[in-house]
Amino acid sequence: MIDSKKLDPNFKYEVAAEIGGANINRCFACGTCTAGCPVREIDEKYNPRKIIRMVLLGMREHVLKSDFIWLCSTCYTCYDRCPQGVQLTSIMTALKNIAAREGYIHPSFKEQARLVSKFGRLYEVEDFDNKKREKLGLPPIKKNFDDITKIAKDTLPKEVIE
Amino acid sequence: MKYALFLGCTIPVRGQNYEMSAREVAKELGIEFVDLADFSCCGFPVKSTNAEASLIIAARNIAIAAKKGEKICTLCNACTSVLTEANKELSENKEIREKVNKELGKIGLEFKPGVEIKHFSRILYEDIGIEKISKKIKKDLSKLSISVHYGCHYLRPSELYDCFDDAENPSTVENLVAVTGAAVIDYKNKLECCGGAILGVEEDIALSMAKQKLDNVTANKVDALVTICPFCSIMYEDNQRKIESKFNVEYNLPVLYYPQVLGLALGIDQKKLGFRLNKVKAKVVLDKAGVEI
Repeated sequence: MIDSKKLDPNFKYEVAAEIGGANINRCFACGTCTAGCPVREIDEKYNPRKIIRMVLLGMREHVLKSDFIWLCSTCYTCYDRCPQGVQLTSIMTALKNIAAREGYIHPSFKEQARLVSKFGRLYEVEDFDNKKREKLGLPPIKKNFDDITKIAKDTLPKEVIE
Repeated sequence: MKYALFLGCTIPVRGQNYEMSAREVAKELGIEFVDLADFSCCGFPVKSTNAEASLIIAARNIAIAAKKGEKICTLCNACTSVLTEANKELSENKEIREKVNKELGKIGLEFKPGVEIKHFSRILYEDIGIEKISKKIKKDLSKLSISVHYGCHYLRPSELYDCFDDAENPSTVENLVAVTGAAVIDYKNKLECCGGAILGVEEDIALSMAKQKLDNVTANKVDALVTICPFCSIMYEDNQRKIESKFNVEYNLPVLYYPQVLGLALGIDQKKLGFRLNKVKAKVVLDKAGVEI
């Protein structure tokens, strides 16, 4: 049951203000997104149409604390097919970004952000990797990127990179 | 034809066979690759956490290429989409560009519009072209049957890619396979995602997505699945054993990077194409291609 007292009517504007979130109000709930979603095909708990509906209704806390917003595989099928140009993949990113700022980041993405901010890449490059590359006739790759660490420190939520 | 080769995170440490074969094929077709040591992660892995950070990291890489006057060739689909999206957004939106440039200024860089960014397969298709490639083919691969997985970010969002391929009915990579003489085998739900981006979120869902693909591809008689993205490849090749034991099925399906297949057809030594690094051994493919192991 939805408790109208717990709804936040401004949530949709908050989402609309994020990068790529602007078109959320255009949704007329046709369900093209959900019909073509490869994640939804496997597991019903991820339902893009329902997520958009929840945002428009103002179910802020429910959405931001949920596990399902992290399940978008970013395939852009819904983004490409949406007749209203809602740009769903970007809206899912916006929801994840707001959730991360509020401390609800999924551990998998927290770890990815930590690695990139520390090493400038998703993997720590060890001497072993460059030795292997040399044997394969490939040039060595750089191990650390101080400027990426700086960008991460200036932009990512503090609790993510600590 | 000259490009700065953008490797991203996964290829240089987990997909060296893709890198080796791409470099060999490029050499053979007259594409010069330049290595810029300062290229980092593209920004994709932090996009879910903070889209602005992702945009600045992408802009940083583009600015590094611009400083050297180079165009960018990507091998990974996710790198392609994140860099292309940032390039478009920052070129068209002055307000965002100024904001990002304020951050880049702190590390001595500036984003300026005008850097071309293309996936290697797109360069082969558009800039080298099927006709020129066909004239260079030395080995007939007509005994091979191959299915293609494009991967999402090579095609979508389609607004990023000037409609160079049809996102709902793509053909570029299949044409690139066909030019080697191999038979291209279509299959059910060809456009479906590998699930790679949510492997760390819910492994069961991601592996089920990859399983569906492996089921659909192996419903036909094929010798290999061809990919053009390292993460799709991780889902179908590195995780193939795991999927087999989890679901009690058997595929034994070789998963090859496209330049490995083209490399064979161009007569390049399989050792230089990194076949030894393929986790599902491609012996059948090499046998049918008449290549000595």
